[in-house]
Amino acid sequence: MISQQVMTMIATLEKTDTAYSTAAPAVVAGLDAVNKNYGNIRALKGVNFCVHGGELVALLGPNGAGKTTAVKLLLGLLQPNAGKVRVFGGDPTNPENRMRTGAMLQVGRVPETLRVCEHIDLFSSYYPNPMPLSSVLAAAGLERLAGRKFGDLSGGQRQRVLFALAICGNPDLLFLDEPTVGLDVEARRLLWEQIRELVGQGRTVLLTTHYLQEADALADRVAVINKGEIIAEGTPAEIKAQTAGKRIRCITDISVEVLRKIPGVTQVREDREAIELHVAEAEPVLRELLARDARLSGLEVNAAGLEEAFLALTQDSSKNGDQRQEL
Amino acid sequence: MSTATMALPTPQIQRSPAHTIAIYIKEAKYEFLKYLRLRMYTISVLTFPIMFYVLFGLVLNSNQSIAGTRVSTYLIPSYGTFGVIAASLFATAAGLASDRGLGWLQVKRASPMPPFAYFSAKMFTSLVFSTVIVLALFALGIAFGGVRISAGTSARLLATLVAGSLPFSAMGLALGYFTGPNSAPPTINLIYLPMSFCSGLWVPFMFLPKVVQKIALVLPPYHLSQLALGVVGSGTHEPAIRHWEVLAAFTMICLGVARIGFHRDQEKMYG
Repeated sequence: MISQQVMTMIATLEKTDTAYSTAAPAVVAGLDAVNKNYGNIRALKGVNFCVHGGELVALLGPNGAGKTTAVKLLLGLLQPNAGKVRVFGGDPTNPENRMRTGAMLQVGRVPETLRVCEHIDLFSSYYPNPMPLSSVLAAAGLERLAGRKFGDLSGGQRQRVLFALAICGNPDLLFLDEPTVGLDVEARRLLWEQIRELVGQGRTVLLTTHYLQEADALADRVAVINKGEIIAEGTPAEIKAQTAGKRIRCITDISVEVLRKIPGVTQVREDREAIELHVAEAEPVLRELLARDARLSGLEVNAAGLEEAFLALTQDSSKNGDQRQEL
Repeated sequence: MSTATMALPTPQIQRSPAHTIAIYIKEAKYEFLKYLRLRMYTISVLTFPIMFYVLFGLVLNSNQSIAGTRVSTYLIPSYGTFGVIAASLFATAAGLASDRGLGWLQVKRASPMPPFAYFSAKMFTSLVFSTVIVLALFALGIAFGGVRISAGTSARLLATLVAGSLPFSAMGLALGYFTGPNSAPPTINLIYLPMSFCSGLWVPFMFLPKVVQKIALVLPPYHLSQLALGVVGSGTHEPAIRHWEVLAAFTMICLGVARIGFHRDQEKMYG
């Protein structure tokens, strides 16, 4: 009797144990120490990056950072020079993987003489369990454009068709390469809503963007990529904390050397007759500046742009290097 | 990244043969529609052979004959070959070069489309337009040119010409892999117009200068046109098997080149 009880207990324990180990969100797509070169250009340098099931990850970076290369590797459109690319635990080129994957890429020209509904009909037919046409049209906001030829659409409408083609196969995993490029503010918000809804349905999304705001609005996790390297990774809040800062611009007689010594100033740059300061917090530095220079003029305070954010991040990632001395 | 986290239950998704066939049909249907609505394609591909035939076969030389065959009959295989080549090359090479160069093929490749469906759709489109051109020539010839050929001969002529679309579709795929979106159309013209002339598609073979006749022997359009002329009992009367051999060899070479391009493309895609 007792031994039997113990046995069942052990069995249950084992069960819960294995249940725990798989309960952690599994990696759906990942790059493992991946290098990718185009001739002499090193597009990705030892990139480790992964997307877990059900999350929306934003790959954030400036143009030419390697975002699209990462997406194409994960789609099996490119082969890495070194490292491993895995999707659903296998090779990204597996036809079974592609049936569970949707992709929105940047395209120069889509066949223009086919109608929106025809494009969707064709792509839907590739998948084993596609979404109904009406749902696809609704999700992409194309209900009124179904009968239009692709060539007659505006730039934003074309983007929405490409989005429709990415989602029509009812994919578990969705790659969106700069989905909102060229969209106006309203269209961008609409697409964001659609993307949120897809994630709400339990799909996994990898999105690339060069808008910090977009990553912030959508992503569970952000990976910042620059010059082929992931330089920061975390929740949007964590990334913003790292990139937070203000830019102060003014005309002043205070010398650059003195400015650099003011606490909180991370960067000083001369710009024509003015000085640009990059600071963590604006107020204490402003007090200091105004106290030291009564003739200070042309004062402007701005939130640091993405450019500065990237700069700040790159410098953070090489803290121990000698870059600080340049400041 | 640990490999353990990679273990994810992968449901085996298999596509039924019926579903695969349905994809091939849909791909072909939309590829055909795409070209049918592309006025630049239909006008240049359909009107040129038909216009030439009307002009040289019906209006100007209708009462004459070439090598014992009425001009209006003789020119159906000639301009038929010319039309088939243009329809096949432009449907394959120009489309492929553009899809490849401007990113559309990548979107297709990222999807679960069976890769061969894409190529077979292009070949199918070439076949359909080739058929339309040849049938249009038949109709014009019979209605206005006094062409009298039996149903059996017509069927054989049509089959020969339409089968001839395959070698040139293969050539188009090879060209499409080694030209860009902008350079494809001029490259096609630069190759197929001189090739058509030297093969005797515009000026009958026997009226060509001797040097050009020698060149013609190595040109695929010459062999296709001679096969077609043979069906109506005209042409140079060489054994048909010779022509078929040349066309088959040419097809294999083109497919080989296209294959090289296909594999080169897998790696040479720039982000």
